[in-house]
Amino acid sequence: MREPKSIRRLLIFLAAAFLFLMLILPLILVAVEALSKGWSVYIQALTEPYAIKALGLTIEATVLAVALNTIFGIASAWLLTKFDFRGKNLLGSLIDLPFAISPVVAGLFFIMLFGRMSPIYSTLQDFHVAIVFAVPGVILATVFVTFPFITRELIPVMESQGRSEEEAATTMGADGWTIFRKVTLPNIKWGLSYGIILCTARAMGEFGAVSVVSGHIRGRTNTLPLHIEILYNEYNFTAAFAVASILVILAIVVLILRNIVEARGVKAQ
Amino acid sequence: MATYEVELKNINKNFGTFKASDNVSFAIERGKLIGLLGSSGSGKTTILRMIAGLETPDSGDIFIGGRRVNDVDPGKRGIGFLFQSYALFRHMTVFDNIAFGLEVQKKPAAEIKERVEFLAELIGLKDFTTRYPMQLSGGQRQRVAFARALAPNPELLLLDEPFAAIDAKVRQELRQWLKATIHKLGITSIFVTHDQDEAVEVADEIIITNHGRVEQAGSPIEIYQAPKTPFVAKFIGESVLIPDYTIFKGFKTDDGRDKHEGILRPEFLEIAADLNEMAPPMPMTTEKGLVRGTYFRGSVIQIDVEVKGQMLRGFRSLEKEPLHEGDEAFVFVHRIYSFDGDRTEVIENAAKHAESVII
Repeated sequence: MREPKSIRRLLIFLAAAFLFLMLILPLILVAVEALSKGWSVYIQALTEPYAIKALGLTIEATVLAVALNTIFGIASAWLLTKFDFRGKNLLGSLIDLPFAISPVVAGLFFIMLFGRMSPIYSTLQDFHVAIVFAVPGVILATVFVTFPFITRELIPVMESQGRSEEEAATTMGADGWTIFRKVTLPNIKWGLSYGIILCTARAMGEFGAVSVVSGHIRGRTNTLPLHIEILYNEYNFTAAFAVASILVILAIVVLILRNIVEARGVKAQ
Repeated sequence: MATYEVELKNINKNFGTFKASDNVSFAIERGKLIGLLGSSGSGKTTILRMIAGLETPDSGDIFIGGRRVNDVDPGKRGIGFLFQSYALFRHMTVFDNIAFGLEVQKKPAAEIKERVEFLAELIGLKDFTTRYPMQLSGGQRQRVAFARALAPNPELLLLDEPFAAIDAKVRQELRQWLKATIHKLGITSIFVTHDQDEAVEVADEIIITNHGRVEQAGSPIEIYQAPKTPFVAKFIGESVLIPDYTIFKGFKTDDGRDKHEGILRPEFLEIAADLNEMAPPMPMTTEKGLVRGTYFRGSVIQIDVEVKGQMLRGFRSLEKEPLHEGDEAFVFVHRIYSFDGDRTEVIENAAKHAESVII
């Protein structure tokens, strides 16, 4: 590089200052605010029944969304990279829809599909199935919003590996399941782990779509992000930041895992 | 009657508007090593993949060992397939790669071990069985892929451009090794290649494909000496196109045709520095030419010589007196491949019959 030292230093300083202001400082502030009234208030905010319920629902929605999207993600990436068929490009674009669409719109979409205005609403009522303003709605919204993460992580990996290993296994008489288990899965495991981690991070923090479908019923359909919002709107800042710190800690754990997986994946290449 | 190991009857295959196979039919005898030769896009790989069951023909029948296999899964056709990129399982050791097909068949562990060890010995990699494909050279990977394809004891071995990804020096050794090993095992094999030297050197028989059609099938010598179509004549061996061969001494004809197009191979040409070099000297039928260029080709010198306004190409031994650009040279044309529509014909120099009669 030709730039004089002074310019280089200035650019580095700007980047570092920006990072500090936008990323590090908020994290510190969350911690400071959460502990501003001492540890006992902090612990109290976390062990309060609604907070525990919200944490439980967040974990439930995250685990289910990640599990379902792992299956969908592998299936769609497999389909898109190992087979040729009509409408392949369209399917590829559709998978990205949750990225492109506002989560609020996605939430409204579920209200339309399963709420009072829906043609299937009365049937759902007959079977005593509640989706909107209930836990299934929260899970569905989370699944929808996090749908593309695993697929998008897998497609480039599978694309670069091509089909020939699978074809080789086919010519040796292996069936689809054997090929997947013994050939494809070991080859994509790092990409898959990475996708699962990103999907987990996104699922835990999802707010918009879940906010629309959940109905904010405390102790029943509140997830952690929704719980934080309610506390905040009640001017209960310390509790809000205390609960927020849990999401921050989870996010940091996920990032650490991400780095480990990425490093391993690079080494395995 | 010969027993056919593989038979294709009227195979057609289109990819969209692209005709990959156009009424392809051929039969291969048991135990033969066949080269499927053609330029890229000629449909040779598609044929191989259809035999393996990795592609499905639009119409026509494929027989392996007398059984129609159109609706048989690739794994049940009794074939071994060697991929151009080897397609070794990258997360498995050499041992596990070779054992894969046997494990799919749920063979007992002891039998698998014995077979893998036999094959590792055969490919000369018995000390490498715990390595991963990444830790092997190109040639070693290719041999592992070969062993893996052979492990389940296929009746038929299919090889897609088996030498394409290997550097020139190793390729030469590997060709010889593969040919010898396949003959030793007696397994019917088909390999796809775009390299005519490779096909001529390795194959017992060559099938030449062009635009999805089979142009000619036969032994390398047959194809070389009696090309049936202009495409084959041009494709195999080096050649120079001659718009009108009747201008040369010994090729005058009154057959009434208005076109006398043909091709000339370098080895059909004798180029001499003076008449006495020719054996026997044939002053009446020897053309005079002007050397336009000389190129060292390793074992011979290539000489471009202009005769009657026509550029010709021939070879000259390194042992003989060297010719230089601008020198006068004496040229004798032994024979020419003439085209008549889609057929080719070998025309010998008339002087050869005449003068040999006199002697």
